[in-house]
Amino acid sequence: MGIAAHYQRFRKGDWVKVKHLGKSGHVRIPFYVRGKRGEIVNFCGRYLNPEDLAVGNTAGPAIDLYRVKFAQGDLWPDEGIPEHDHLVIEIYDHWLSSAESSEGRQ
Amino acid sequence: MPSGNTIDDNSYENHEALVVEDDAGNLEGQIIIDALQEVLVAHGLLTAPEVLKEIEKLESPGVHLGAKIVARAWSDPDYKAKLLENGKQAIGYIGITVGEAQIIVVENTPKKHNLITCTLCSCYPRSILGQPPSWYISKAYRARAVREPRKVLAEFGTILPDDMELIVHDSNADMRYLVLPEPPKNLADMNEVEMELLVTRDRLIGVSR
Repeated sequence: MGIAAHYQRFRKGDWVKVKHLGKSGHVRIPFYVRGKRGEIVNFCGRYLNPEDLAVGNTAGPAIDLYRVKFAQGDLWPDEGIPEHDHLVIEIYDHWLSSAESSEGRQ
Repeated sequence: MPSGNTIDDNSYENHEALVVEDDAGNLEGQIIIDALQEVLVAHGLLTAPEVLKEIEKLESPGVHLGAKIVARAWSDPDYKAKLLENGKQAIGYIGITVGEAQIIVVENTPKKHNLITCTLCSCYPRSILGQPPSWYISKAYRARAVREPRKVLAEFGTILPDDMELIVHDSNADMRYLVLPEPPKNLADMNEVEMELLVTRDRLIGVSR
């Protein structure tokens, strides 16, 4: 299957929320972004899921990977975090749901 | 095991032990590898010089490659544009082979600073920077670089003005990152070799500007 035939769910600037999937084992989505809202920075391509690779399943499928940007002030309860400080992290498609930009922001 | 506020996975610690040092600074992975090598050598399946040769191959990339990439970007605006667009491809243009899936180059400007970490383990652009420094894989750096990056930077002697934007990149999956530092003011007077001397590992990770 060609990449061109594949449709990505999200585009740059879309707001997303990281799911709480409750998966065990080799999971590469850290707890500090779960349940948080962020903005898609770019689509990175499709990669084998590390959750499958960790148990020896190299057959795929490959999964869409995105870079997602979060406001540091949304990630941590700390006082005095500048509004312009951000964190960018890679999130696989199955960990993301669509979100409204203002919904749930603190 | 300490529990966080949103624990809904129970066994996520299992894969971590290999890259986490214990209180005495031992890495479990190193102990296992040493034992494995001993057994393989004793059975004549491997020789110590062969292992050394492989380690040399692994360790031959280094900051000199990162410095070459940055110096080229500083001296050639077209190259810089290509590097920011597709890092792996642009690095290939100057004869450096990238082993990673992609290199994302992030540019420091007078108003923006970038910092790289890998909170989950020790992901690092090894094919262009070599092996990461020990502090980069320490639990303290990995946890604090995302939680209190300005404090971590200050401890490295990098005090960011309040109005400078700080972007922390958690290298948690398939991408690897390289910071493109700001060029020197007297760039026009320098050749690329002189520029390369200004590029340090710490600047390419973003703990220094």
